[in-house]
Amino acid sequence: MTDVDLHVDLLGKRLASPVIAASGTFGFGPEYADIQDLRVLGGISGKGLTLNGQPGNPGERLYETPSGLMNSIGLQNPGVAHFIEHELPAMKTLGTTVWANLGGHTIEENVEGVRMLCEAGIDFLELNISCPNVKQGGLAFGIRAVDASEVVTAVRKVCTVPLVVKLSPQAENLTEMCKAVEAAGADGISLCNTFQACAIDLERRKPVFANTFAGLSGPAVRPIALRMVWQAVGAVNIPVIGLGGISTGKDALEFIMAGAAAVQVGTANFLDPCACTRIVNEMADWMQAHGVHSLDEIRGCARNN
Amino acid sequence: MSAINCKAKVIGQQAVAPDIRRLTVEWADPRPEFRPHAGQFYMLRCWAADEAPVLSRPISVHDFDAASHTLTFLYQVKGQGTEKLSALKAGDTLSLTGPCGNGFDVAAAAKSGTGRVAVVGGGIGTAPLLLLCKELAAAGAKPELYVGFRDEPYGLEEFLPYCAAVSVATDSGAVGYHGLVTGILHPENFDLILACGPNVMMKGVYKLCAEHNTPCIVSLERKMACGLGACLGCTCMTKVGPRTVCKDGPVFAAEEVFDLD
Repeated sequence: MTDVDLHVDLLGKRLASPVIAASGTFGFGPEYADIQDLRVLGGISGKGLTLNGQPGNPGERLYETPSGLMNSIGLQNPGVAHFIEHELPAMKTLGTTVWANLGGHTIEENVEGVRMLCEAGIDFLELNISCPNVKQGGLAFGIRAVDASEVVTAVRKVCTVPLVVKLSPQAENLTEMCKAVEAAGADGISLCNTFQACAIDLERRKPVFANTFAGLSGPAVRPIALRMVWQAVGAVNIPVIGLGGISTGKDALEFIMAGAAAVQVGTANFLDPCACTRIVNEMADWMQAHGVHSLDEIRGCARNN
Repeated sequence: MSAINCKAKVIGQQAVAPDIRRLTVEWADPRPEFRPHAGQFYMLRCWAADEAPVLSRPISVHDFDAASHTLTFLYQVKGQGTEKLSALKAGDTLSLTGPCGNGFDVAAAAKSGTGRVAVVGGGIGTAPLLLLCKELAAAGAKPELYVGFRDEPYGLEEFLPYCAAVSVATDSGAVGYHGLVTGILHPENFDLILACGPNVMMKGVYKLCAEHNTPCIVSLERKMACGLGACLGCTCMTKVGPRTVCKDGPVFAAEEVFDLD
């Protein structure tokens, strides 16, 4: 029997496992507390916040595709102050690391939100510059490296916890983007957010979504996300957290072998509400069967030739 | 409200009408906080995580019997997910996540005014109303049931023991009143009206209720991904801000979710 140790040391924090619940798919955590043992998780990235909160998008918000899910939630959230007062206290009791995911319409909003969140006490700040579903802000900082650099530089000055920047697959030039974010002071990178996509309702002869485009996630995007994670790992010297369609332990191990420090699990939580803990167990099973004691033995191994 | 995820065994499944199925499964969890109540629902899945459709299907609780641990769903076969559910046979297993949602506040309903309660359903919207009538009757407020169907009604005999009266309207005139259920409903005779059906029906019922100042409670339906309040895919805009149908609902005060115009 191989003794398997799944813990990950990430930016000065000890994660029980490499599996982090992805923002937007896990509420703030308590929603899943009766369903699985959340202490097994590496962390929970809460629903994406904006400084003042917003009601989200009108119209259809969900649309199923083969092996995928399109969403247009539009960053519906209660705002940073409400989160700190009402959701964060419960999130801190779940026995796993707390990731606050924050996006903003302006640099000033991002800076103010990060300042408040760091003061309130979180483990990681995940700066979301990659939401495809809000007209202003959201993805605005996630396309061009120069824009991303500007917002990360500003946020860095007030961010007192590890700063992870969540990137979009829509970035103009991914490796340039990764390098710019690293140079601006990011401690880590997570990628990728959803892929901009479109669906048409034949009966109405109109786009399914009020915003025309929506974000595609799920197993359908996994091989593309893996390629992007591979590229990101090659581009920077800071930890890369991989996500995009991870649904099984084997999927997660692919990202680790591509060099990811940890992974996030999103859409799979809807396919199986126990997905996160199941993936942790499946990773351990594979490692045990293959005599692998720790993730350090295989992290990035696929890159060596 | 707390939900759990488990495998459940199918006890049986019958066709109640050409596209309507009654699915009975075993729900043996003894903990009272996970006991399903009227108006709550489960996320059902009997296909693999990597199999289409991507999402599990939210189906309301039709009936629950604590003594025999049987949980019953009544649903319409409409698409890929419900097609797969309809193939389930006795002995098969499926994954259940629930009970989800707020459900009807039966204790409050039974205590409203002099306890004259009407339950109004339309088509497959009658599904969550059986357990509602049962719980109301047990709380001492046997309701009057008003139901509308396009054509032949289904499942009504189950309601008879728990209702003071049952009135039927059909679009085709096949049974009962020829027309909409709002044509036979008199809100002035009731202290409270609880409704579930197509939005257009619930809105019509609400308008009628508003004319007579009778409080109206409705149960909504939406596409859902998580069923747990996590993804915000089923949000509806209400007079008190955005609310999730899966966790804050599916039961809402009608005036919060419908306009009168």
